[in-house]
Amino acid sequence: MTSIAARLLTAAALFSLPASAYAHRGWFLPSATVFSGTDSYVTVDAAISNDLFFADHQPMRLEQVRAWAPDGSEATIENGATGRYRSTFDLKLDKPGTWKIGTQSSNVSGTFKLNGEERRVGGRGMGGAPGGPGGPVGAQRPPAVAVADIPPDATDVKLTEAVMRNEIFVTAGAPTDRVFKPTGKGLELAPVTHPDELVAGETASFRFLVDGKPAAGVKVTVIPGGKRYRNGEDARDFATGPDGVVKLSLPAAGMYWVNASLTDDKPSAPRATQRRMGYTTTVEVLLP
Amino acid sequence: MRSTPFFLLSGLIAGPAVAGGTISVTVPQLGVAEYHKPYVAAWLEPAGGGAARTLFVWYDVKKAGNEPGTKWLSEMRAWWRKGGRGLAMPADGISGATRAPGTYTIPLPADLKPGAYVLNVEAARETGGRELVTTPLSIPVRFARAAGKTELGAVIASAK
Repeated sequence: MTSIAARLLTAAALFSLPASAYAHRGWFLPSATVFSGTDSYVTVDAAISNDLFFADHQPMRLEQVRAWAPDGSEATIENGATGRYRSTFDLKLDKPGTWKIGTQSSNVSGTFKLNGEERRVGGRGMGGAPGGPGGPVGAQRPPAVAVADIPPDATDVKLTEAVMRNEIFVTAGAPTDRVFKPTGKGLELAPVTHPDELVAGETASFRFLVDGKPAAGVKVTVIPGGKRYRNGEDARDFATGPDGVVKLSLPAAGMYWVNASLTDDKPSAPRATQRRMGYTTTVEVLLP
Repeated sequence: MRSTPFFLLSGLIAGPAVAGGTISVTVPQLGVAEYHKPYVAAWLEPAGGGAARTLFVWYDVKKAGNEPGTKWLSEMRAWWRKGGRGLAMPADGISGATRAPGTYTIPLPADLKPGAYVLNVEAARETGGRELVTTPLSIPVRFARAAGKTELGAVIASAK
């Protein structure tokens, strides 16, 4: 599989909702990441699209968006609205420190064989109308089934668990790190450089954890926003070292989409043999 | 300026300390259609690195309500990062109202330890630009001068 295809699949798995796009990138875009004053509001756009950060494809669904205050307590997003191409919502930053906003999803998908015929499990089209591309004209492809509905006489069961996170961080006053406390499940960010303290010309160090432990070999892709105003995608790939740390050079100010991904064979879902993990964030780089 | 008596007083109490010295900052006259007085902050950083010490910050102290004057303090992004975000506003002897174009003289704190510092002055203006001017500064104060190009005029440190 090409790396682009892998990345697109990762992005697709970020959103398990059938109406959401596949083969596109999910992103949160905060109005700012550094706030002064009291009771400031951050307003956030959330969408799924190819080009960052242009809302031109599908809105991100807000049902799964959650927010956390600097003390770790859950906060409530306000003024949520979903338009044709993007969702938007506000969060009142009524406590000093670093806030977290994000989504998390996990699902299982794959294939099995029944009487020599391949069937799909989970993912898109589950419970939907049969048919679709891939078969001969006029042929109907059987619908995907849930994991629990895999027949006992199925063979060649191949299931992959996908665990995805998309999180952003905004700071009122001085930065804090309580919201980075790992849950110990899946791929998580344990920053060395605080994501709200990124400065153009400096190098940011981010540590990635898998199940709470530093993870080597995590692929990290960094793409600057403003795609429409340049020719290239300008994506850069990095990888974490043995200590789980990746060093990202940030030559210019702006908003960046950061996506980390890793596949291993330690799924928590029953019958799954593989686990695909993704972690996405949007960071703002300011001038010195 | 409002903070002057405070500094003079602390200078007296500190006795014959090394300090003394002033900095002067010029807020330039700008020929623009929409002018708002800039937010300006000045701070010292030890030349070898270390905690920044804010000398003054001028902002819209009186503006309250949904969008208080503190909302835009982070526009002075270098100052905000270097320590502004850790100061509660208003800060006694440090914060004051914005200033009209002109030259302002600010006494340096009397308790500055002798050594090499970097003086930073940063200005950010609504519907305008942002500029950071820095110059090496030694304590006891020796004459030093720097100047901005857009949002700040001359920045001068002198023994008196």
